Amino acid sequence: MQLQFFVQLLVSGIATGAIYALMAVGFALLWQTSGTINFAQGEFIMVSSFIILWLMGLLHIGLVPAFFLAMFISMFIFGFLFKRILVDPLLKYGDVPLIIATIGLGMIIRELTRIFWGANALPFPSLVKNKILIFGGLRVGTADLVTIAVAIVIIAALQLFLNKTFVGRSMEATAQNQDVARILGINVDRMILYTFLINAFLVTSAALLVTPKLLAKFSSGETFGLIAFMAAIIGGFNQVRGALIGGFLIGIIDNLAKFYLARVHLPFTDITLNLSPYALAIPLLLLIGVILFKPEGIFGRKEERSI
Amino acid sequence: MKRLLISIVLLFSLSQAQDSVLFIVPAEISGGGATVGNNWADGVKLAAEHINAAGGILGAQVVTEVLDTQTDPPTSKAVIAKGLEKNPFAVIGPVYSGSTIVNMVEAERAKTPQWVGSEAASITQQGNQFIFRTSSGQNGSIPKVTKFMKDEGINSVVIIYVNNEFGQGGRAAAVENFGNLGIDVKLELSTEQQQADFTPEVLQAIMVGADAIFAYVNEEESARLLIALQQQGVTIPVFGEAVLLSQVVLDLAGDAANGVAGHVNLTAEAPVPAVQEFRAAFEAKYGYTPDHNAMKGYIAMFVAKEMAERVGSFDKLAVAEQLHCSLITTEDEPGVLMDIAYDENGDIDRDTFLISIQDGKQVVTGVLPRLKNTCADQ
Repeated sequence: MQLQFFVQLLVSGIATGAIYALMAVGFALLWQTSGTINFAQGEFIMVSSFIILWLMGLLHIGLVPAFFLAMFISMFIFGFLFKRILVDPLLKYGDVPLIIATIGLGMIIRELTRIFWGANALPFPSLVKNKILIFGGLRVGTADLVTIAVAIVIIAALQLFLNKTFVGRSMEATAQNQDVARILGINVDRMILYTFLINAFLVTSAALLVTPKLLAKFSSGETFGLIAFMAAIIGGFNQVRGALIGGFLIGIIDNLAKFYLARVHLPFTDITLNLSPYALAIPLLLLIGVILFKPEGIFGRKEERSI
Repeated sequence: MKRLLISIVLLFSLSQAQDSVLFIVPAEISGGGATVGNNWADGVKLAAEHINAAGGILGAQVVTEVLDTQTDPPTSKAVIAKGLEKNPFAVIGPVYSGSTIVNMVEAERAKTPQWVGSEAASITQQGNQFIFRTSSGQNGSIPKVTKFMKDEGINSVVIIYVNNEFGQGGRAAAVENFGNLGIDVKLELSTEQQQADFTPEVLQAIMVGADAIFAYVNEEESARLLIALQQQGVTIPVFGEAVLLSQVVLDLAGDAANGVAGHVNLTAEAPVPAVQEFRAAFEAKYGYTPDHNAMKGYIAMFVAKEMAERVGSFDKLAVAEQLHCSLITTEDEPGVLMDIAYDENGDIDRDTFLISIQDGKQVVTGVLPRLKNTCADQ
């Protein structure tokens, strides 16, 4: 029974973690190529889900066509316009003004969403109708399986694109050293723009996967952004792979902590403690531990600077 | 000449004051509680419209000013303090107990009556003579749902609650009442607002093998919990209170909500003509079905109106004093929708409802009559 529950927790943790990973990868990508820490990332995801719902209602189309249309809208607004209007003018002043600007942007998006779509949470259709599959006592929803599969396909395709294509490798080169990339003849500005477009694609994909579970609500971006940021720091801000694993780690650890802390049996006594109110602290403790002992993240690349 | 001018200005001011009466409406318009706050504010605004259409209060037109607490207790305290500078007749809101606990001292200091949608037991236990509920607090409603569970043959239970003021208050009241009824609380599971996955709590509930689950979490989380229970094939009954049984949860949880049962103070499904009239007017104006918070906001305004009319003026201190131990029937004021009695602390006694969810809809399975145990009935 205990093993079965453990596997069940692992599977549901992976399903949630896969979505966190998608969010975190976009975070890490933007940081690597343009030095942008986008605190509006969660709001990008949140509003993408509303755009999908809006398109479905407006054009009377299904979820998948609405997703692809929303993806183009997101790429234009959260990719192209975001870079041109907010990031490009502010980047030269350093990280802090841009961080403050993205926090402000997140607040504006949040309130505009509330004004246009209201404050109530809205149900969001799932890619597939959820059916419960039972494998030897393990109960897995088809929606969770599809979420994991889609997230893995997107991330694998992204890795292939970055490592195996000329454009992808140019983007990697830009991320590693923009000056050297320029000397090699790479159009650095274009590569950075591509990164923003890819991030917009990732946030729309995350919206498609996360919203059936978390519902479309104007305030949910704060949670998404916080989790993506934590996942990126834990895994490694400067490595796509790190952010990816950070997302999965948070999903799994969160689930395991909630389950096992609910009944902690003190050894050599009959005392059982219920520590479930403190489960939320476990991912945060991991975050603090990483910042203290491995600030580049568990799978991050150590960056050294000499003066 | 100067005195004459001052007298004219004063007279003009007084006549203006009699033309309108201000209510400030702190509510969770944005932030995590926006679903409940907007329902509340819409209910208040609809009541103001109805009151004004019928001639206002003591001839004065009602003016409401909605203040966004952002679902943040310190912000709620700040906006109420600022709103009170305008010398309103009453404070109508907020809903979240965590906010009310910290902001009610402002209305008390300004000696202004405050009607809230909050249900945490502690709110009316602090000797504040200006705080009034619009529905039973946890200390009034939890005993009813736990008694209902006992009547249904439940002998052991797992409590799943949200780790905030609302959830902690509900958990404490539930534990006490389950104890009194001899129902064994096998496990209490704390959850967080905005929690995505409830699989750990559901698996724990399966493992301890209780007769039932008592769920006391916020709206969206209630829906996710019910979906997780369905996914894990849990067949033990789930009981709860107004939030778990609310229309919002039913819309979000879909068929996962079927079979859930419990007790609610107010429901748009109540077989009461006045409630159905309110519901129709609300749906016509706002295009969605009101939840219990919208009804609470609506009722609060009519209680304030009735008390001002009983006192014969907008004397805030007199209104607060008069309301304690008062009974307001629908014959006195139809806008209160159902007879309502206030005790000496600002808690209320009113008919309540037993609900079960069938085919995604609330079905009233019983009406629990007013207990008639307050000082208003003696």
